[in-house]
Amino acid sequence: MFPPQFDYHRASSIDDALELLERHAADDPRILAGGHSLLPDLKNGRASPRALVDIGEIDALRGIGSGADVESGADSGADETAIGALTTYADILESDRLQRHAPVLTDATSVLADLQIRNRGTIGGNLTAAEPGADLPAATLAADATVRVRGPDGERAIDAAAFLGADGSEPALRERELVTEVRVPHVEAGGYAKKTHPASGYAMVGVAAVLETDDGTITDARVAATGVLERVVRLAAVEDALVGARVESKTIEAAAERAGETIEPADARSDDHASGEFRVHLLSTYAERALERAVDRVAAGAGGTGTAGDLE
Amino acid sequence: MATHDIELTVNETEVELTVDSRTLLVHALRDELGYTGPKVGCESSKCGACTVELDGDAVKSCTVLAVQTDGASVQTVEGFADEDGELHPIQEQFSAEHGLQCGYCTPGMVTTTKHLLESNPDPSREEIRKALKGNICRCTGYQNVVDAVESAAAALAPAESEGESASGDDVDLRTDYPTPGED
Ligand SMILES: Cc1cc2nc3c(=O)[nH]c(=O)nc-3n(C[C@H](O)[C@H](O)[C@H](O)COP(=O)(O)OP(=O)(O)OC[C@H]3O[C@@H](n4cnc5c(N)ncnc54)[C@H](O)[C@@H]3O)c2cc1C
Ligand code: FES
Ligand code: FES
Repeated sequence: MFPPQFDYHRASSIDDALELLERHAADDPRILAGGHSLLPDLKNGRASPRALVDIGEIDALRGIGSGADVESGADSGADETAIGALTTYADILESDRLQRHAPVLTDATSVLADLQIRNRGTIGGNLTAAEPGADLPAATLAADATVRVRGPDGERAIDAAAFLGADGSEPALRERELVTEVRVPHVEAGGYAKKTHPASGYAMVGVAAVLETDDGTITDARVAATGVLERVVRLAAVEDALVGARVESKTIEAAAERAGETIEPADARSDDHASGEFRVHLLSTYAERALERAVDRVAAGAGGTGTAGDLE
Repeated sequence: MATHDIELTVNETEVELTVDSRTLLVHALRDELGYTGPKVGCESSKCGACTVELDGDAVKSCTVLAVQTDGASVQTVEGFADEDGELHPIQEQFSAEHGLQCGYCTPGMVTTTKHLLESNPDPSREEIRKALKGNICRCTGYQNVVDAVESAAAALAPAESEGESASGDDVDLRTDYPTPGED
């Protein structure tokens, strides 16, 4: 398996990358980050750009910091974390800050692919490729993250739903736009549960859950599923059943049971390993597991069933 | 189309070579530089036979372009033994515990193991299995591979006190059994 021929350009900075994309526009250039979606696509002919722009050496795109640290200057504070687009999964897992404040993301990252792939793949590449069954789209959607991008028309911030096309629209990234960072709001009560596809390693079904609570009552719930449809999707029936309810196992169980309500098995992805019907069937189990992890973290938070929404 | 002159360090030796944009690192290492330690198993990032260390991280060299490694440092399994040919403790334990049969997966296994033990010097059997998820072995059934990694961890651990064996003899290798993945 050899990739087709292409030109390779290494960008030294974000501006340089944007300029290279512009200059080689006729070659249908693609951005190369960790390469773990793009190189497989080149090898099997799913993509055949005539130029690659490697952003792998742009240090400004790598790293994890408080939102306020980051040069873009958007108003943000200690209640979110900015993750550079080129930050690898391994770096995400090493971040205590993310482990504490965005466990939905670190949970999902910890079961993503394998050790070697986690050393190479990047959050920006994962969300842009958004392969069916990828783990981070579900986690960032549930986390209500924001994706910041730069392109020929300047900089903009896109919410995860629009970026991923989870709201029914087409994914929002335009040609020759570069993802620069992902901002994840802090919510301690989050969790992710995955049924790994035995052949691909992606999620056969993966569910990410984030709960905001006030004194033992759920005030907001975001539950997102991957692997079931081509794109990541919010499980509205589960969310509706959760909001206003107490944080208790029986609420969680009853809410999770409704996970398959809004997805027709005929619309669900299907292969030799799992039919659409089976995938929809699995949703409730994995929704429950993800919610249980989130609830455990509510309990571990500010005492008893205390608040988990905006700790600190 | 474009070729590129690149410079990288392989097993502490600086090398210069000219590669096609599309040349994969594993092919450059094997075909251009003669390092046949990294194997080409699946060529699709799944089996881990091509695993090498790139700037200190275990990566699958079939899913890295050679040109991306311009200026980088690569270690293949050939770089594990010392100058006198003395095997690295991880290699020794793979041999001692029969952690290989045909050996095709072993360079990758050894490289991933090194990466694991650097960040987690005393992993549980469960952690070893998780770390080796991306290294497929068609011969051993993994049991002896996990044994080998456990023994290597013990061999690499600093001896706790004078006279105490650091060879891993005190680890009971037979008390637990394969555990399923995260499901
Ligand atoms: C065997 C295997 C198993 C895998 N298992 C999983 C899994 O279980 N879960 C999972 O989530 N993923 C999995 N992946 C996918 C892996 O996580 C990829 O790393 C990821 O999808 C893409 O990230 P990357 O950095 O490698 O991006 P690349 O492959 O470099 O790029 C992917 C796409 O995004 C674009 N892009 C990259 N960065 C940017 C940017 N900053 N701005 C704009 N566009 C950009 C590229 O042009 C390309 O179109 C697996 C991959 C393999 C090969
Ligand atoms: S040959 Fe690279 S992972 Fe199989
Ligand atoms: S020893 Fe033969 S593949 Fe592992």
